[in-house]
Amino acid sequence: MNNQALKELLYKMADDQLILGHRNSEWTGMGPLLEEDIAFSSMAQDKIGQSLALYTLLQELGERDPDTVAFTRNANQFHNCQLVELPNQEYDFSLIRHFLFDTAEALRFEMLSESSYEPLAQLARKIRGELRYHTLHANTWIKQLGTATPESIDRLQKSLENALPFALGIFEHSPHEQELISSNIFLGEETLKKRWKEKVESVISQTDLTLPDWILVEPTFGGRIGEHTAHLQPLLDEMSEVFKIDPTAEW
Amino acid sequence: MQKIIYSNIKSHWDEKKLVSKEQILTWLEEVKDPEIPVLSLVDLGVITDVIVNSDHVLVEMTPTFVGCPALDYMKLEVETLLKTKGFNPHVKVSFRKPWSSDLISEKGKAALKKYGLAPPPSNKIFTDLEILETAICPRCDGDNTEMKSPFGPTLCRALFYCHDCKEAFEQFKPL
Repeated sequence: MNNQALKELLYKMADDQLILGHRNSEWTGMGPLLEEDIAFSSMAQDKIGQSLALYTLLQELGERDPDTVAFTRNANQFHNCQLVELPNQEYDFSLIRHFLFDTAEALRFEMLSESSYEPLAQLARKIRGELRYHTLHANTWIKQLGTATPESIDRLQKSLENALPFALGIFEHSPHEQELISSNIFLGEETLKKRWKEKVESVISQTDLTLPDWILVEPTFGGRIGEHTAHLQPLLDEMSEVFKIDPTAEW
Repeated sequence: MQKIIYSNIKSHWDEKKLVSKEQILTWLEEVKDPEIPVLSLVDLGVITDVIVNSDHVLVEMTPTFVGCPALDYMKLEVETLLKTKGFNPHVKVSFRKPWSSDLISEKGKAALKKYGLAPPPSNKIFTDLEILETAICPRCDGDNTEMKSPFGPTLCRALFYCHDCKEAFEQFKPL
């Protein structure tokens, strides 16, 4: 078992969940309709809870406690993909991001439910069931708005094109890719990307949206090694504002 | 004679040791889900193991949803109850046996319906999520229902509308 490889995998997954969970929570009280307000708030709660469970696995491997890890690192110490840190923008972008990210995340946890690292496999078997509701939500709305009016189709199409390079950044290779694969911890980012493309294509084909040729989409990498857009640090400052007033407070 | 006296004393001393897992589970019926106060943790299916060793009791629990905010509260309630029974409890959260809505007992499902929440259908039929599941209305038992949103007031509830009695209702989600 290579602990470094395992930790790197857990950190990037936990950071993805935490940062997107925070972005989803920004829709609380702001959703375009009440059900969507509740949906994004619920998904925020799921994702932040899932990040806590992943940070707890890291703590069991000798890392610091989840609150310290979540609230005291700077942007360059985060391993989330850049897709999740981008601002919510309008609802069409949030929806497209949610669809592209959660399709990958659901497949990732499905793969990890067979992981040779049993604590992660146990957690993945749990989380994959919860993520079915996230993909159900995303697919329903993409299909509905992707076939609705010229405006909704046009908005989703533009957001899709903007988000795709960042979405491919989800699958940035880990320096430990081969170790993870050979030790059966994780089947690897390439396998995940292949399954993700198939799923994305199958949903988009049921709409009036079009996917560009994948070869023409240049992936935006860097997030996994701590290189981020200017949007991440302000998010972290806001998220940790209360914690930093008194880091030793008992909640 | 001496032997008998000794065994009497011993049985008094070991009273706690004789408490079975079943007895602990019966006591735990008193602890309810704080978000659904008619449903005990035992009927909800979140107590996955109980190990009694003298006055030490290990209770293994698992959350319904990973992000369930009621988990710490439920842990505390279990510990408090077992302390009042004279035990030294330890509650461990584990995903060894992940929770599924199929773990809700028949008694629990009946309590949910009485409370106005549609009990979850078997999660076996919940494999294809392209299809929006329907639920039986807990008020009129009508099946002409429609899912309005898979997300509701808590993580474990979905929003439905019944076209038979024209009322909105919530379903405890299958998972």
